[in-house]
Amino acid sequence: MDTYDVIVVGAGPAGLTAALYSSRAKLRTLLLESGLPGGQMNTTNEIENYPGFPDGVSGTELSALMERQALRFGAEKRTAAALGLELDGNLRVVKTDRGDLACRALIIASGAVPRPLGCPGEAEFRGRGVSYCAVCDAAFYEGCRVAVVGGGDAAVEEALYLTRFTTEVILIHRRDSLRATKVVQDRALACPGLTILWDTVVQEIQGKDQVQAVSLRNVKTGQTFTESVDGVFVYVGLTPSSGFCQTLHPTSVLGYVKTDENMCTGIPGVYAVGDVREKMLRQVVTAASDGAIAATHAEKYITESLL
Amino acid sequence: MSTLVEVTKDNVEFEVKNSSLPVLLDFWGPRCGPCMVLMPTVEELAVKYADKMKFCKVNTAENRRLAIELKVMSLPSFLFFRDGQEVARLQGKFGAAEIEGQIRTTLG
Repeated sequence: MDTYDVIVVGAGPAGLTAALYSSRAKLRTLLLESGLPGGQMNTTNEIENYPGFPDGVSGTELSALMERQALRFGAEKRTAAALGLELDGNLRVVKTDRGDLACRALIIASGAVPRPLGCPGEAEFRGRGVSYCAVCDAAFYEGCRVAVVGGGDAAVEEALYLTRFTTEVILIHRRDSLRATKVVQDRALACPGLTILWDTVVQEIQGKDQVQAVSLRNVKTGQTFTESVDGVFVYVGLTPSSGFCQTLHPTSVLGYVKTDENMCTGIPGVYAVGDVREKMLRQVVTAASDGAIAATHAEKYITESLL
Repeated sequence: MSTLVEVTKDNVEFEVKNSSLPVLLDFWGPRCGPCMVLMPTVEELAVKYADKMKFCKVNTAENRRLAIELKVMSLPSFLFFRDGQEVARLQGKFGAAEIEGQIRTTLG
């Protein structure tokens, strides 16, 4: 079995930073990724709050830059999906779809994926009007009317992005105020192509071959109504990609991995960083910070365990 | 070099509709992260099934009208043709395993 000092599972900003710190500390480091390096940054149009980029940076560009920096100091990269962990031996074993891999210290940076709405029609029309990636699909909706569901940063920022293509975006939010950052909220409230429906939830996504309408309900008045739309973009939060971490306890009710402030999971030498970790603020900058902290403690752990 | 044939509105008739082999048509875009993830796998499959199926791709950034004509509204999307007729499509949530599975089903 291939053995490394450190295996980092996931190459989003947390994993890429962990690999950067670990390889720069001359540890033999493997970066595992099942998709594209950069993680959720790849489906983000513009990142405005990562320090060092005063004019903002596109998600794909920042992904490519972070990957280049992570690999510069000799971290190895492999495409594989983690399926399970074996943590009882001296070495930590990551079981993947392309064989087992072993390491002294393990850094879990597997991130999170968009959470579905869970309403009727959502699964049926996925790819036929229901989307979770405005950057991927916005251009198809030129001259169309679309709905965006959610009230956080992602929902509002991507709704604003969609207004560049569409005739109108309706933002459907279940509360009477947005959770998004103030500056983003101000932009949304001032944007002529964006209409916000407050206190409103989606009951069903309707259509024939493709999405044609959403049926909605006002949670305060109980009134139900329908809006004609050609597409529905869903931004209602995240689900952690922690299915392969079942051997790790405890995870939170929602499946996030619990750690201490050193990113340690409670099992010595096993760390969790970024969006998969239970924490308050999930941002590129906090993911990067987690990665640096975990790699530094992993190095300390490896050095001490060899004494 | 890519093993996939670039399809546009000008050659879709010739490359897809009039193809004697079944056709896989991969709709992608340069800003679609998930599309880029699948690309190497599709290239591998194109080599593996080279004599049984024709592998084509559409850059939707340059051929949006063609995509919409074929009712593609989301990336990535994979359409499968036999005798010029669409017989199946993969949209929404799918990965490499589903693509190869659909290739086998289409080949029969």
